[in-house]
Amino acid sequence: MLLAVENLAVKYGNIQALHGVSFHVNEGEIVTLIGANGAGKTTSLYSITRLPPPEAPRVVAGDIRFKGQSILKTRPSDVVKNLHLALSPEGRHIFGNLTVMENLKLATYSREKGADLESEYGRIFDLFPRLKERRNQRSESLSGGEQQMLAVGRALMTGCRLLLLDEPSMGLAPVLKYELFRKLKQLNEEGMTILLVEQNANLALQLAHRGYVLDTGTIVAEGSGQELLGNPEVKKAYLGG
Amino acid sequence: MDFIFQNILNALQWGSFYALIALGYTLVYGVLRLINFAHGDVFMVGAYLAFFLATFLVGPVVGVSPAMAFAITVPLTMVLTSCVGVTLERIAYRPLRRKGAHRLYVVITALMCGLILEYSNLAVLGASRLKFPELLEKHIWNIGGITLTNLKVLVIVTAIVVFVFLQWVVTRTRIGMAMRGISYDKFAIPLMGIPIDTIIVFTFILGSAFAGLAGLLFAMSYPVLEPFMGMLIGWKAFIAAVVGGIGDIKGAFVGGFLLGFIEVGVVSVFPSTYRDLFAFTILLLILWMKPTGLFGVPQSTKI
Repeated sequence: MLLAVENLAVKYGNIQALHGVSFHVNEGEIVTLIGANGAGKTTSLYSITRLPPPEAPRVVAGDIRFKGQSILKTRPSDVVKNLHLALSPEGRHIFGNLTVMENLKLATYSREKGADLESEYGRIFDLFPRLKERRNQRSESLSGGEQQMLAVGRALMTGCRLLLLDEPSMGLAPVLKYELFRKLKQLNEEGMTILLVEQNANLALQLAHRGYVLDTGTIVAEGSGQELLGNPEVKKAYLGG
Repeated sequence: MDFIFQNILNALQWGSFYALIALGYTLVYGVLRLINFAHGDVFMVGAYLAFFLATFLVGPVVGVSPAMAFAITVPLTMVLTSCVGVTLERIAYRPLRRKGAHRLYVVITALMCGLILEYSNLAVLGASRLKFPELLEKHIWNIGGITLTNLKVLVIVTAIVVFVFLQWVVTRTRIGMAMRGISYDKFAIPLMGIPIDTIIVFTFILGSAFAGLAGLLFAMSYPVLEPFMGMLIGWKAFIAAVVGGIGDIKGAFVGGFLLGFIEVGVVSVFPSTYRDLFAFTILLLILWMKPTGLFGVPQSTKI
């Protein structure tokens, strides 16, 4: 088990956002968390990435384990540096005042010396050829889809082995959505473990090996992607009948 | 003609002082969105640190040659002044930031810190003015009627070198990119595996080190020190940074030199008591026409 979230309860101020949530991710899997707005999907990811205060949700009970070790005391930058866990956040959060290439370079900040970065840039550019074309452009001038690819590419350049994605399809035209999900599948086939948070439950469950359904801070259903797609409750609540 | 060149030279010297201090305001603002009002007093502390170091080094205990003392004082002043800047960050600004305090409170804290530096200096050293020892033998060159001192040249060259160095840092190094990145999106910085506090400390080190350097050069040029020497020059440098477009390094330098030119220009035509009145009026007009400053971009895309 690569990542295990155990009975996690989390608060923002006085508001409890998660009420004892448990899920896990095995190496090589694509796992998805689906659920409506405010269900606690993003909060789960923020808890895992140990964001610094005051952004951070406060863990009040439960544990988050990475390869068996609790990471509740790990610094946010060390989550990336030592655990090789990267988040591509909702809303992309790219550095718009930097060029595409500078964004990717900045992501290598904590990489050990001697890492073969050139071939990794090459890999990102193979995956997202548009980024190569625009690599010297200020990244805020990219289209929404390109910015999303940059956000994913940037997360990959941290040298992550577990990629957390928060709403990667948000605001993308359908064609781009499918393209992005094909890329994610390709990444996974090349060995990347992925934890995907999505509102587009249909797409996410088709891609994922396993999924969890979150509702107001609790897990209400879990199973393989196919099982959840066939689950009448899930169908009714999240897949539009 | 000579008169004009002489004044240009003076303007460049004053502009260099303003620019060296303004960059500290601009760097910290770019990274933290904080106007570090204590920065002018960090400059003052730099001048005093340089004074004690230089006096100690040329004094009877150590007794090295003035030139040698200068060579040692420069790096030591920069290092010690950065320690002061970093300490301020650590004990005053960081705790507030951790608690998620509104920026306004941090700015007020900075103002307090500046006053504390001024008055602790007054308390410890008293109101007496200190005379800075002469470290560099004064060379005066006369080129076609223009007097050029080695110190003046040193000040101007220093400002230019610092500018080139900082431009290199923010455009070519990863830590510099992180400084620019933070100014655009602070949230994403730790997600890149970058410890945010390291970048903030680095920013304070850069800003304070160059304020210390400015303090040293200022004390050598105008060798009388007093606890409030950083106040007005700090305010002026801050205004220069704003006029240039706060958050932008080019802006800090252009604003600094602009202020130098305006001041010297006014004094060369009008009585010197008109200097600050005219200078600030002109700056007000510039801001009136371009509120974001000369190089400023609205909102978040700075440094």
